[in-house]
Amino acid sequence: MIIKGRVHRFGDSVSTDQIIAGKYKNRMSDWKELSTHLFEELVPDFYRKVKEGDLIVAGKNFGCGSSREAAPRVIQESGVRAILAKSFARIFYRNGFNIGLPLIECDTNSISEGSELLVDLRKGQIKNITDDVEISFKPIPAFMLQILLDGGLVSHFKKFRRFNL
Amino acid sequence: MGKTIAEKILSVKSGQDAKAGDLIVAKVDRIMSHDGNRPLPLKIFEEMGGTKTFHAEGYVLVIDHSAPSPTESISKVHQDMKHFAKERGSILYDVGEGICHQLMIEKGLVGPGDLIIGSDSHTCTYGALGAFSTGMGSTDVGICLLSGEQWFKVPETMRVLLRGKLNEGIYAKDLILNLIGRVGSDGANYLAVEFTGEGLRSINMDGRFTIANMLIEMGAKAGFIEVDEITLEYLKGRIKVPMFPIYPDRDADYFRDLEVDLSTLEPQVGVPHAVDKVRSIKEVEGQRIDVGFLGTCTNGRLSDLEVTARILKGRKIDPNVQFLIAPASREVLLQAIRLGYIESLIESGAVLLPPGCGPCAGNHMGIPSDDQVVISTSNRNFKGRMGNPKASIYLASPATVAASVLSGRITDCRSFLRMNNDH
Repeated sequence: MIIKGRVHRFGDSVSTDQIIAGKYKNRMSDWKELSTHLFEELVPDFYRKVKEGDLIVAGKNFGCGSSREAAPRVIQESGVRAILAKSFARIFYRNGFNIGLPLIECDTNSISEGSELLVDLRKGQIKNITDDVEISFKPIPAFMLQILLDGGLVSHFKKFRRFNL
Repeated sequence: MGKTIAEKILSVKSGQDAKAGDLIVAKVDRIMSHDGNRPLPLKIFEEMGGTKTFHAEGYVLVIDHSAPSPTESISKVHQDMKHFAKERGSILYDVGEGICHQLMIEKGLVGPGDLIIGSDSHTCTYGALGAFSTGMGSTDVGICLLSGEQWFKVPETMRVLLRGKLNEGIYAKDLILNLIGRVGSDGANYLAVEFTGEGLRSINMDGRFTIANMLIEMGAKAGFIEVDEITLEYLKGRIKVPMFPIYPDRDADYFRDLEVDLSTLEPQVGVPHAVDKVRSIKEVEGQRIDVGFLGTCTNGRLSDLEVTARILKGRKIDPNVQFLIAPASREVLLQAIRLGYIESLIESGAVLLPPGCGPCAGNHMGIPSDDQVVISTSNRNFKGRMGNPKASIYLASPATVAASVLSGRITDCRSFLRMNNDH
């Protein structure tokens, strides 16, 4: 599984409240409409800047706070294909894989806004095409990778009728 | 090698020898979800072709986040939840019953040794009763409804030893804020946390729920407060499930050990806009406030209303301050009425909201305006948490909030408690 995309850079401890505010997620009924409010306090008009196939790169503890699954779903709806961070808050981490959105833990210090990356999920390798730098990461656990390949936990469960650990 | 509480509970529930780091599939005892995450778990359940849940009363639905409903679309969510519960025999608590986490513990739906998941990050609250309880997203909850099974990575454990006792004016909230400040908002990410030590004796059940509730603010997966006679006393006459208190082995392996001498703590305040930006009262005293909020799954319980009423009784809140109070449940509200707390609070100028989440998550009933400063007993002060990113939120104990709404500035509660003692 290889993903290529352009980077939108974020800092440490981006909370699910900052990804999508509670006031919206409770008021709206579809992800498309919700995605116009994605990251709106951190990056005004983010939904206009993000393109299909883009990547999010962040510092530590990405997705902390509320368990709202709306957070990764709205990110996915916006066209983002993977998130790279130094670490993820654990509920967000599960939610991402459950909906088929790859989350990669790696050293993100050297990656800057607008860079073009090539991410190889199986090999655990990132090539920063813009800066010609390579970063390696601990490969995603087999079970989590299986969920991604199946297209998320719902499809995984439909396929195996159980968790295929 | 011995086992931690997390390893023991997950071993029992998975039927295998579970050690930290293992991936296991375990049977959960109960699942909780509320109206705040839209009807997503129900949608997932139906998408999977679900008809009956793993066992009827194993699923608890609570209408608390937007209660009563502020919009037509949320009213529809509430109706769908009620319909689902009626069709399948799930337990449903309607508008006005209270906050999901309070109801789970108060109604006796959780016991020591249980494994519980909920589609809310503060599900970790039940660790105060010795249960392994953890928040998950809607897909995890929806799928678990089918079979009652879920996969877990067995967490490593951080142990916190409490020594000494809390002085007057210092509460469980000050302890947990202090710890979050020490370890950081990701200091217990993926970990379980065990609380032990003689210091627990000076912390009542309401305080223990406050501590377990805020463990997610340091990233924890679950937390446990050692089951003792205070726990068993709380459960007596309430608990509807068999109890299996679990204790760690002496030679269990811990990821990290922390120690706190409770007698050295000062009142703590969480400052905008991060949960781990925690200061001692001295550093923030005098900060102007516009709104006070007492309530939430962290601090909306009887002890919280009691100390607030004790500080406000016979006094008037600052005329420039709005003080909102949302009791954690109908039972808490009724007890507070019987004990006269509500009368003291209302006479002082407070505004009483129905039992539920109130304005904590920015859904309704008290969204601050631009530049307003809120002091709240809740658990999160992220930008925009209460519905307006231009407002600021400070986090503190009920006593600190009570003292602050009287003076219109962040105030050391001990000055008022001392005055009360002198009379």
